[in-house]
Formats: sequence, structure tokens, C-alpha cells
Amino acid sequence: MNLAIFILFGLLCLGGALNLLLQRHPINSALSLIVVMSSLSVLYLLLGAEFLAAAQIIVYSGAIMVLFVFVIMLLNAGEEERTHGSQVAYLAGIPGALALFTVLASTFFTLRNSFGNARLGAFVATTSDLSRVLFRNLLLPFEVTSVLILVAIMGAVVLARKEH
Amino acid sequence: MNDAVNTSIISVAPALRLLPEIVMTLTGVLVMLLEAVLKPKTSRKPLGILAILGTLAALGASLYQLHLPAGTAFFGTVQSDAFSVFFHLVIGGIVLVTLLISLDYFEGHTNNVGEFYALILFGATGMMLMASSVELLMVFISLEISSISTYILAGYRKRSATSPEASIKYFLLGSFATAFFLYGIALCFGATGSTNIYDIAKGVAGGASPLLLTVAFGMMLIGLGFKVSLAPFHVWTPDVYEGAPAPVVGLMSTAPKAAAFAVLLRITYGAYGTATHIWMPLVWILAVLSMTIGNLGALTQRNVKRMLAYSSIAHAGYLLVAFTALAPMGIAAASFYTAAYAAMNVGAFGIISYLSGYNEARTNLSDYAGAARRHPVAAAAFAVFLISLIGIPFTAGFFGKFYVFTAAIDSGHAWLAVVGLLNSGVAAFYYLRLLGQMYMLPEEPAREPDTAHARPSFVLGMAILVLAVFVLGIFPGRALRLARAGAATFADRSVPPSSPAIAQLQTKQ
Repeated sequence: MNLAIFILFGLLCLGGALNLLLQRHPINSALSLIVVMSSLSVLYLLLGAEFLAAAQIIVYSGAIMVLFVFVIMLLNAGEEERTHGSQVAYLAGIPGALALFTVLASTFFTLRNSFGNARLGAFVATTSDLSRVLFRNLLLPFEVTSVLILVAIMGAVVLARKEH
Repeated sequence: MNDAVNTSIISVAPALRLLPEIVMTLTGVLVMLLEAVLKPKTSRKPLGILAILGTLAALGASLYQLHLPAGTAFFGTVQSDAFSVFFHLVIGGIVLVTLLISLDYFEGHTNNVGEFYALILFGATGMMLMASSVELLMVFISLEISSISTYILAGYRKRSATSPEASIKYFLLGSFATAFFLYGIALCFGATGSTNIYDIAKGVAGGASPLLLTVAFGMMLIGLGFKVSLAPFHVWTPDVYEGAPAPVVGLMSTAPKAAAFAVLLRITYGAYGTATHIWMPLVWILAVLSMTIGNLGALTQRNVKRMLAYSSIAHAGYLLVAFTALAPMGIAAASFYTAAYAAMNVGAFGIISYLSGYNEARTNLSDYAGAARRHPVAAAAFAVFLISLIGIPFTAGFFGKFYVFTAAIDSGHAWLAVVGLLNSGVAAFYYLRLLGQMYMLPEEPAREPDTAHARPSFVLGMAILVLAVFVLGIFPGRALRLARAGAATFADRSVPPSSPAIAQLQTKQ
């Protein structure tokens, strides 16, 4: 049963990701991204991380994607123009990606017996567990993220502002 | 959490462990807020001076940290010790000089000067945090702070076509690299059950799956390799360095790299300290590739900024040679080399920013013909930096290379040192070609009026760097002692250190 769900949503996730790349209209790509995000949240559920799955749906599939779609609508972005891509991308990129995939796949395949099973609630899963990690053990990274966001906002202002 | 034990023995307020970062952040926020208060179209120089004062205060705070007992804070996420202080001083020094160089650079060319200072300060906060993090998630967040601010700084000359191009290229490849690094962290967590350097070290020593550890290290190495432009992850470097404003290139070719090398040192000698067989072959290969590809690439360049971009790839390779040495010596050699490289590279790009002007109309090799006659002082300073980049005695570059190659030979990697020395020979050719252009060739009739005249702040910045190049080359003792004290903090890999950093410094004397 678990395997069936995994295969179904794993394929859905991959299909969505590929479709995202192949679509020529930004809005179609954005909609495929929603498919990717939602099927990922099902995979999180399978791993026993129900809070993460819910957050994935609410934050990514919900809030962030709405923002994406709004921006695409506001910019009135049309169809992309296709180029043939660079030679380097084909000569180095595709073999590189394949090599990486092979390495990762063979690693997980070799180690598959030493990986255990996960049940719902087996790990840091409840909101109180999560907040203990977030506001105690990892308090500093959490706080420093505010600097990161500040830098990003300021960068957006700087790059978007017109020179006069 | 081993932090609990630590804080019970010696009580240091956690904020003191982060003092330089806090000073930098507060100055950054202050600059940002004052920028909004100042009237538009007035000079932003006071903000620059405020940023410089803030950086000086952060440097002072780093030196103060030497008197604290080394140890961790915030639940074992950051650690202040001689190692972090060394890199804080390097990063702070680079930022200080960059601010001095660019105090007049953007004035009148863009209306985002205030934000420029704030972005540099925030970026420096990220880099300093990278140097003091002993928790990979913390490293990740600070790496992002440092990267995002440099992506934006690279695109600051918005009116030119090349600067935004540099920014977007840097952004795309940088995000790609970050993804690799994050995947590596995830795999490392999978192998050892922790993202803390000390806990990973315990896991590595205590029989975590070597295969998974190797793949995890490979991923992290690819991510950091992109950031420090090691071959074969260097393709973005020449384009980005060509397009970005020269003072920014000086900053981003040194400070984020110093921080990334600090992280790499913590991962290799700290977390993977008992598993050198995993990372040493990988590092060996990357060192040879970077040195060779960097130097051969530089030979064919006609643009001085592109040439120095390839040279920075080669220098990342020399630095990596130090990683093949055994623990205390390799760490000290690598740390010292980052400082030496920073002094000469920031200087070289500073002079380029002066000679080529804001619009960078004169960045080709032929534009430097006869520069010694037009700008004798600037050419002399440039000559010092180039001589140091070649590695001629009495300069920082010589001593850095000497120390790195000695460390490699002492640890039985004589062949790597031979490859490095051969490469230094090749490198001498293109540096000398530029020197020859400046000193031997007659002045070309100026195609456009050369309006460059040096401001006091620029002269001060360059003077600091020339001095640094000679001090590190002739009297390296003090810097070397600090680098060695930093290396000594790696001695026990499974427990955070707790003896005062200054004591380690004094025992080495």
C-alpha cells in the first residue's frame, strides 16, 4: 500500500517537475509547480512528518504559489522564446546530471538494507517538538534568517529602483 | 548537547561569542535607516564613514574575543576561538579596505550608495558567521546571507550591460551550488544523525556508513567548490569578474572565499578529521585541476579582469594544496594563505578600479601600456601586488606559497608541490606580461581623457594593503602564530574547546 502511494505520487512529482521545464507559458509552469509541491507533501506524510506535510501545503502550494501566479499575471508574461541552448549545456550538463543521478541512485541502492521504516510520529513531529528544535537548539539560525530576509528585500529594492 | 557542560564550567555571555557579527549587523541596520532619512541627491559619504567605523569596531570585537575562553554558544551552533578570530580579522580587513576604496567610487553614478554600504556590512555578517559556525544549518543560512548580498553587489553598475549579466549568472550558478551544499548536509545528517560538526565527527569516528559520508562530502565539496571557484566548477568566474564593478570583485574574490575555506576546513579537519582517506584524494584532484586550468586559462586572456579571474582560480588551487597536509600544519598554512591572497587580490582589483575608471573603459591588456608613466604611484602599487601574486620573496604571496608547499611536502605530497611550483612558473609569465606592458611599453595616445585622480580614502586603503603584503611577507610571525593557534583548536575533534584563545597564542610564542 505504502509502496503504491509512493510510486504514484513520486511519479506525479517527477512528471510535474518535467512539465514545469517543458511548458512554454509561465502560468502552466507555475501550475505544474503546484502539482510538484502537493505530491511532495504526500511523500512527507509517508515519511511520518505530518506537520511538515501540512506546512508544505499551506506555505508552498498555498501562499507562495499564489504569489507566483499573481506576479505572472501582473507582469502579463507571455510565452517564452526558445533558443537551442548552449553546446556546453549539452556536452557537460547532461552527462554530469546523469553521473550524479547514477552516484546517488547506486548509493541509496547499496544502503537500502540499512535504512529503516518510518511511522507517523516516529521523529520530531509534533508542533511542540518542532518548536523546541526551532526556538531552542536552532534558535540562532532562526534569528539570523531575519538578516537574510532583510538582505533579500534590500536587494530587490536596489535592483528594481530606477536610476535617475 | 555538549554545550550544557561547557557553559557550566565557564560562563561567557552568549552574545559575546557573536560580538563582531552583532556589531556588523547593527551598523548595517543603522546605515540602512539613515539612508532613508538623508535627503536624496546628497552625498552618502557619511554613511560610508559610519560603515568604516562599524567595521573597525567589529575588528576590535574580534580581537577582544581572543581573551575569551574558546567555546560554543547558542546551543552549540557557533564557536569563538582563535580560528574564528583569524578569519574574522581577514574578512573584516577586506571589508574595511573595500569600503575605503569605494567611498568615492559610486558617488554620483547611482542613487543606491547607502544600500551599497549596508549590503557590504550584512554580507560581512554572513561571512563572519560562516567562520564561527560549528553547525551546518547555521553555515547554510550564513552562506546564503553572504551569497545573496554579493549577487546584488555584482549587479551594481546597472547602466552597463555586463554588470547585470554578471549578477544574474552569479545568482543562477550560486543558487545551484547552494542546492548541492544543502543536499550534502542532508546526506551527512542521514549518515550521522546530526548537523553539528562535533557530533558528525563522533559519527564519522564511530562507524557511520563510509559510502554515504563520501557522497555527502562530495556534495558539500561541489557546493563550496562553486563558491570558491575551484576547477571544474569555475566557469562562472571570468564572466562575473569581468562584469561586476572592480571594488566589488576585490571583495567577492576574497572575503566570501575566505569564509567558504573556513567552512571547508571545519568540515574536512573537524567533522571528517578521522576519515582523511575520504576527502584527501578528492581535494588532491581539485587542487591540481584548479591550478592547471586557472593558469593555462589566464595565459590566453586579453582582459585584465578576466586574467585575474583565472588567476584567482589558480590561487584557490594553491590554497587547496594546504588541505592535503596533516592537521595542524595544513590548517595553519591554508588560513595564512587566505590572508596573504586577500591582501594582494583586493589590492590588484583596487588599482584596476582606479586605472580603468567607473565605466571600466580601460580593462584590456593594451590599455595598460605605459601606465607607469601616467600613474607612477598606482603602477608601483600594482607592481607590488602582481609580484606578490607571482610569489617573489619578501611579499605575502611568497611566504604563503612557501608555507603551503612545505606543509604538503612534509606530509608526503611532494608531487603535488611539484605541480604547484610548475604552475607558479607558468603564472609568472602572465603577471610579468602585464608588468611589462606598464613599465616597458611607450604610452599609447590616450583615446579618451583620463580623469582618474586618487582620493585620500583610496590612497589609505591601498597603503594598508601594500603594507599588509610586505608585513605578511617579511614579518609573518604574528599572523602565523594566530593561524597556528587557530589550527590548534582542531586538536580534539569530538569536544568543543574551552581554554582561552589568548593562552594558546601565548604558549606558541
